[in-house]
Amino acid sequence: MKPIYFDNNATTPVAPEVLEEMLPYFSEFYGNPSSMHTFGGQLHRKIEEARAKVAGLIGAEPEEIIFTSCGTESDNTALMSAVESYPQKRHVITTRVEHPAVLNFCKHLSRKGYRITFIPVDNSGRLDMDAFLKAIDDDTAVVSVMYANNETGVIFPITAIGGMLRERNILFHTDAVQVAGKIPINVKDLPVDMFSISGHKLHAPKGIGALYVRKGTRFYPYIIGGHQERGRRAGTENTASIIALGKSCESAKEHLDKEADYLKRLRDRLEGALLKSCPDAQVNGDTENRLPNTTNISFNYVEGEAILLRLDEYGICASSGSACSSGSLEPSHVLRAMGIPYTAIHGSIRFSLSRYNTEGEVDKVIEMMPPIIKELRTLSPYGKEESRKC
Amino acid sequence: MWEYTKKLKDLFLHPKNVGEIENPDAVGEVGSIICGDALRLTLKVDKETGRIIDAKFQTFGCASAIASSSALTEMIKGRTLDEAIEVTNQDIAEYLGGLPKEKMHCSVMGREALEAAIADYKGEIIPPEEKEKLVCQCFEVTEEKIRRVAIENHLTTVEEITDYTKAGGGCGSCIPRIEEILKDIWHIKMPEMPAVKKKLTNLQKIALIQDVIEKEIRPRLQADGGDIELIDIDGNKVTVAMRAMCVGCPMGGVTMSNIQEKLKELVDENIVVETE
Repeated sequence: MKPIYFDNNATTPVAPEVLEEMLPYFSEFYGNPSSMHTFGGQLHRKIEEARAKVAGLIGAEPEEIIFTSCGTESDNTALMSAVESYPQKRHVITTRVEHPAVLNFCKHLSRKGYRITFIPVDNSGRLDMDAFLKAIDDDTAVVSVMYANNETGVIFPITAIGGMLRERNILFHTDAVQVAGKIPINVKDLPVDMFSISGHKLHAPKGIGALYVRKGTRFYPYIIGGHQERGRRAGTENTASIIALGKSCESAKEHLDKEADYLKRLRDRLEGALLKSCPDAQVNGDTENRLPNTTNISFNYVEGEAILLRLDEYGICASSGSACSSGSLEPSHVLRAMGIPYTAIHGSIRFSLSRYNTEGEVDKVIEMMPPIIKELRTLSPYGKEESRKC
Repeated sequence: MWEYTKKLKDLFLHPKNVGEIENPDAVGEVGSIICGDALRLTLKVDKETGRIIDAKFQTFGCASAIASSSALTEMIKGRTLDEAIEVTNQDIAEYLGGLPKEKMHCSVMGREALEAAIADYKGEIIPPEEKEKLVCQCFEVTEEKIRRVAIENHLTTVEEITDYTKAGGGCGSCIPRIEEILKDIWHIKMPEMPAVKKKLTNLQKIALIQDVIEKEIRPRLQADGGDIELIDIDGNKVTVAMRAMCVGCPMGGVTMSNIQEKLKELVDENIVVETE
């Protein structure tokens, strides 16, 4: 059974044209780009071509792009570089809803003696800008705010935040792994200093990422060793995956506008139909400023893992913020930060679409979801209206 | 992704004995929607023989919680109450062909619902769990439950206690207490007491308290959106004020006692922390 894959914020399939482009670089052109001989050395040019394509997606200069092994490495590198570059500054600002790649790195910094401010969000997942403004001080080394949230799709006001920070000469990093390739971005107009990209979120393979570092930004490498990436990220280049990321950025740029419209249409139809057919359901997050491919819906009084496993029986893939599906006993930190009631967090389901999803697949989910919710509610002691006064 | 057995998946997809018995002879309710799982068990009991004629369940929870509940009803139907009470959480897990260790608490929930139902039938009133006896505030787990589950399942580590009862799986502030309970049960030797701390001058003490609050306590509170301000130090009495998200937080009492413990550990064991 071909899965109905609605979990594209977790990872995406490698695009066929991307796979085709990268395959020769495993066993045919396997040389080391640093070698003096033509066989290896010629790959250097391919890597630079890929770099130009990645830069092209976000309006950067090629030399502002550093290839890394993943989004997490890009995030860690950005934060580490900032605090290493300004050793006298001991304060970092981030948000309560970041990806663990930023959140846990900040907690690590906190254990090292850094002061960390975690900016709260409101019920719709919007950043508390007053709290943000109050948190900034002369000791602030870097601010890291995600471009869009992976669980809810809510987009943060990166331009406004960056503007305030630029006035004060504070470094600004944004984790943009959920955004790159989904909405148009031009870093020439965007006041950010560092910007993380992850390959497998935009149809390149896992194990490749990139970090944009604006020209003139102080930089300190995270992985130290050879001269690769002009000394900014050591380690023999992952040639095949770099070429794949270049290709995937090129096709993302080509399809960007049309794709965003298509995804939004599919997502809105899915969301609208589910809210209509399933009572006691609600959308989590600001629907005004949201990625076109993401919807996070809480089906109150049912538990998310149970919903996911029922969907799994039909080959439908999604994810949940419930505690039971997280591997820990704590439900989603994002939905908790938004103050969503536990009754709703435990039953939250995220659907995230990609260009490979079809109307037919949306129809199938619209058809299968209501009976699943209905049946799980009959199983639940909170299934009936009067039993919910808990 | 959890590794569920075929038996468990079958019972989850096609659960048996779902629903509520009308005019039941016994009802057992455990868990809560906040904690992420809850089970309501209803029984029909033959008054003369004490045999369970029918058992039905309603469960809010994940696949293993639903399957454990269904397994429980299958296992106890036809048994007398005295036979049924012998069913342990291990038996429920075995019936399902095993549970992932992180999901053992689902079988414990089944066992607890059974106990509650039988107590209800016998008219025994289980006293409501008193707040101060709770070890884990996040999931409302009592010391008694931790002790019982640890002994029944031969659990020796905090991680196992969390897998079986959820205790310690939330904020983690009760982990030292769980360690103490485990040491007490299994008579694990306590580590040697650290050497007596050097007596501090008043100025040194004040500086140390400031340092601990700044480096150890504030970052943790801030990670959850809270904050604290040091107001005054008078001998061993430390006065603080809760700020930001800590204001009006229902976990305030726990937070305060954790702060006091931290200062006792790192500064002076006679320290008392008070709020402004």
